[in-house]
Amino acid sequence: MAQITLKALAHSYSPNPSGPEDYAIREMEHVWHQGGAYALLGPSGCGKSTLLNIISGLLTPSDGQVLFDDQVMNELAPEERNIAQVFQFPVVYDTMTVYDNLAFPLRNVGTSEAKVRERVAEVADVLELTSLLKRKARNLTADEKQKVSMGRGLVRDDVAAILFDEPLTVIDPQLKWKLRRKLKEIHERFNITMIYVTHDQLEASTFADKIAVMYEGQVVQFGTPRELFEVPAHTFVGYFIGSPGMNLVEVVRTEKGVRAGTVDLVLAPPLLNAIHQSRSRNIKLGIRPEFVKVLAEPGEGTYPVEIDNVQDLGTYRIVSFEFAGVPFRARLEEDQRLPERKAYIRFPEAWLSLYIDEFRVEVGQ
Amino acid sequence: MNKVYNNRAWFLILPMLLLVAFSAIIPLMTVVNYSVQDVFDANTRFFTGTEWFEVMLNDSALQAALLRQFAFSFTILAIEVPLGIGIALLMPKRGWQASAVLILITLPLLIPWNVVGSIWQLFTRGDIGLMGVGIRELGYAYNITRNPADAWATIILMDVWHWTPLIALLCYSGLRSIPDAYYQAARIDRASKWAVFRYIQLPKLTNVLVIGVLLRFMHSFMIYAEPFVLTGGGPGSSTTFLSQSLTTMAIGQQDLGPSAAFSLIYFLIILLVCWVFYTAIMNSQKDKTTQGGA
Repeated sequence: MAQITLKALAHSYSPNPSGPEDYAIREMEHVWHQGGAYALLGPSGCGKSTLLNIISGLLTPSDGQVLFDDQVMNELAPEERNIAQVFQFPVVYDTMTVYDNLAFPLRNVGTSEAKVRERVAEVADVLELTSLLKRKARNLTADEKQKVSMGRGLVRDDVAAILFDEPLTVIDPQLKWKLRRKLKEIHERFNITMIYVTHDQLEASTFADKIAVMYEGQVVQFGTPRELFEVPAHTFVGYFIGSPGMNLVEVVRTEKGVRAGTVDLVLAPPLLNAIHQSRSRNIKLGIRPEFVKVLAEPGEGTYPVEIDNVQDLGTYRIVSFEFAGVPFRARLEEDQRLPERKAYIRFPEAWLSLYIDEFRVEVGQ
Repeated sequence: MNKVYNNRAWFLILPMLLLVAFSAIIPLMTVVNYSVQDVFDANTRFFTGTEWFEVMLNDSALQAALLRQFAFSFTILAIEVPLGIGIALLMPKRGWQASAVLILITLPLLIPWNVVGSIWQLFTRGDIGLMGVGIRELGYAYNITRNPADAWATIILMDVWHWTPLIALLCYSGLRSIPDAYYQAARIDRASKWAVFRYIQLPKLTNVLVIGVLLRFMHSFMIYAEPFVLTGGGPGSSTTFLSQSLTTMAIGQQDLGPSAAFSLIYFLIILLVCWVFYTAIMNSQKDKTTQGGA
């Protein structure tokens, strides 16, 4: 039971890193509060497993500190940190029975057999392993084995945190959903900090209260699923979260206004000012497909577009078109009337995000 | 379903049958043939039935050789298997050290049997051998031609030196194939070094160890050249093992019938021991539903 703090943490696998691209984890500050259900979301190779291994102590970070509450853990081995970790592929002790597997982490620290029996029974019950307790672990199926692996993490009720490294990769889709619910249930019941690594946004948002999105070795946003959706702090979050991802268009400053490709944009003064005050050349505007208005008639602040393609997905439709030279998508509800070929789109001020050097800039309204 | 029955397909196994006939069946049948007859010369022979088998099984010299043989095989297994595992655990995992140690360890395996015997014969000589002289200098009257205990200890030492590398190599490859995640999980589970060995490394080594033990048992049970060169079976008959008794009988005395019967018994013992061992190991891996648990 602890609050986990990462202080000026960075890690490089190469002995003499010369630039930021040599770092698997770029310098970061982060706090995981006691009792939270967190997800660490990002594409493969973004450093999320590295970060997990640093927290558990399997890796020693090259810079910075890992703190559990106020205690610096850097020098402590995983055995001394009292932390549980579940790996992507199931690890079971083949020659032991399921019962002995689950009892193993407790027996290693000399827990009394009465306590072992009680904990194992409880965890086996939650994971629906009770009927398998007497079986040898080697004869189980892949998902049963993974449940045993998870059980070994859950059986210790005094751990600082339980870390999950894409634990459901080998599980059938149907069972996946069930196990995710189970984890959530366990989290609520035992109030243990859980950090869940995944590359699947759906998995992250069903499990976690707060999601940390990682990209190229840094946490680019840490927030609730809703925040990630409504105010993506980084273009990567916009692109990665949501289906389809955020529409992004690069813009350049002109004498009086802002231009995207060949289109002169009509923007509200605060946004215009923010763009003109920045010195960067990397300026992007983003809007989620859900918030793009598609109209049949021209109006104030509309841009004409030609619709390329309409995808009917049952309760909604995805309209694709080109805007300012980049492919754009808009989401239409089922009952909304769709213009034939020619349409006019409008970007509501409130949902337009400004990104300078890939990070979101807050613009006062 | 249209299943075509064509018994001519049996002809397809003819080449294989022929090969096996020449490589195994015919030589073996020759031995069987001799074992049930008393052959005087090319034209004079008598059918003796199981008589040779009875004689051989009741021969006290052979019984003693058989006991010595078992004692020898089990002793070297008891030393080589744990020692081989130990060496494999200590071997470096990566870098040039790993390659260097691998080559050094493998060297004894490359030396032919009778050369090994000669090396040790010279090595243990009391007048010029490094080991022989060395032990005598320490005050022990080491002599493998007089003292049976010295002869035994030396033969066992020689076999351990020659063949432990095989077990070590097999275990090394077995250990390398264990994924890192197992060691990581064990650290997270706070397992002791012993628990890691007992529950991760040893189970993963079972398969290579079965092969290693079977090979070493068969090999050592048939050992011939090394003790023959080193001690010649002596002093007395204290280091005469089965294959040497057999050679003496078959080549030295030309007792073809008894030797053939004896060969078959020899062969069946090896087969039986290997089968029992293999079956026992494989059975122990199955689920015992009556055991363990809450």
